[in-house]
Amino acid sequence: MNLFDYLRPASVSDAIAAWQPGAAYLGGGTNLVDLMKTGALQPGKVIDIARLPGLDRIESLPDGGTRIGALVKNSVLAGDPDFAAAFPMIAEALASGASGQLRNAATLGGNLMQRTRCVYFQDPHSACNRRESGNGCGALGGDTQNHAVLGWNDACIATNPSDLCVPLAALDAVVETQGPNGRRDIAFADFHRLPGDTPERETALEPGELILAVRLSSNAAASYQNSRYLKLRERTSFAFALVSAAAALQLKDGRITEARLAIGGVAAKPWRVPAAEALMLGQPPDTDLFRRAAAVALEDATPSGNNGYKIDLARRIAARSLALAAAGTPTRMPALPASVFGESAHV
Amino acid sequence: MSYTISLTVNGDRRDVTFEDARVTLLDLLRERLALPGTKKGCDRGQCGACTVLVDGRRINSCLTLAVTLDGADVTTIEGLARGDVLHPVQASFVEHDGFQCGYCTPGQIMSAVGLIAEGDVGTDPERIREGMSGNLCRCAAYHGITEAVLDAARRMTDDKTRKSA
Repeated sequence: MNLFDYLRPASVSDAIAAWQPGAAYLGGGTNLVDLMKTGALQPGKVIDIARLPGLDRIESLPDGGTRIGALVKNSVLAGDPDFAAAFPMIAEALASGASGQLRNAATLGGNLMQRTRCVYFQDPHSACNRRESGNGCGALGGDTQNHAVLGWNDACIATNPSDLCVPLAALDAVVETQGPNGRRDIAFADFHRLPGDTPERETALEPGELILAVRLSSNAAASYQNSRYLKLRERTSFAFALVSAAAALQLKDGRITEARLAIGGVAAKPWRVPAAEALMLGQPPDTDLFRRAAAVALEDATPSGNNGYKIDLARRIAARSLALAAAGTPTRMPALPASVFGESAHV
Repeated sequence: MSYTISLTVNGDRRDVTFEDARVTLLDLLRERLALPGTKKGCDRGQCGACTVLVDGRRINSCLTLAVTLDGADVTTIEGLARGDVLHPVQASFVEHDGFQCGYCTPGQIMSAVGLIAEGDVGTDPERIREGMSGNLCRCAAYHGITEAVLDAARRMTDDKTRKSA
């Protein structure tokens, strides 16, 4: 680990004022400290924001929405009974991520900011355009089993590893931030960026900008009876998703009145396809319909290497998550959250 | 630049000064506070051998910078027993052969103490296995570990019921 200066400012504005190029904000530390150990990240200054006041609350808003402070821990959010009842697929995604120890440390804001698990990014001796613009991509032609099948280019084929971000994308969350230029809202769809010409810019945040909270609208909670997050991984627990899907439906008189579908593990951001959602509207829930929606969602997928298997898996997990959502949210968190094994995993 | 913090470790107040901020809680415990019960396995949050309780919640001490813990209350494996009387989770690991080589055991036990306190798993073995997935055991003593946690969870629930009755 490189040497760094450590400071713990007392307020959000002090934290932002302390930021300078090469500085890093420290929340739960589960990702940043790990990457500092490998040498992939070498901040000269670490600004500890973990105790900033007022950012650890889950609030109900006057308009029926919900606001989650950036420093709320994964385990606290997933375990909040009111929150989990209103947003069951977010709770399930959180409960399926990492381990009990990590969920006790990891924060909401840190989850949005976590870096790709591409091993070429994590290894400072490999070429990586994300770590350093123009450095090249060690993953192309390398070990690509966990890499993107959508939205990638030759500059970067990494995926976003977050479980939480998949349902947040499906539910049109809004990210509240504060930076040197003041406060603003960022639509979740705009928060994470595809590599394009600037793979080193992973999010819409400007230098020094800090996440304050994530907001969910009352409409996002309206599908609470029919929503599900599913995740395929290489072992039953404590593994990142190979592919995952968040599905939420509103049903009225046996027909779908609103459909939300986001797919994880396939791109540098959670993947959402409006046409796939639109084709379900007004239709009765049906396995064949869900297969067609999943096919549309993966229409543009192309392997970036030895990962064509992900396209089939993603289609199936998307269709299955929709079918499980239609069957109804489980009354209790499954013993194996988001798993395709165990109870609540079949329709 | 040096940093001074004060924290409570197993009930004792400790004042610590660091010459630089890179020291993890794991290294602080093992190298400076003479508490080597907490083990270093992967040092990357993947194996759970370094699990301790901070303010009552289980975390990976290898991913926690010690300098962030000013005022915190830390419990390690050395702080569980009361004299010669083992904590119920420790006793249960002995009774159920919840280990073989023993290297992962302090982390397993601290994780189990944290898991039981979280109160989500009850006495469902599937939920216990899932809740303990952050602790790897290279000897694969998982069967005994699950039995030990299950039994300890039952005993601690019974104790609580008796006390509140």
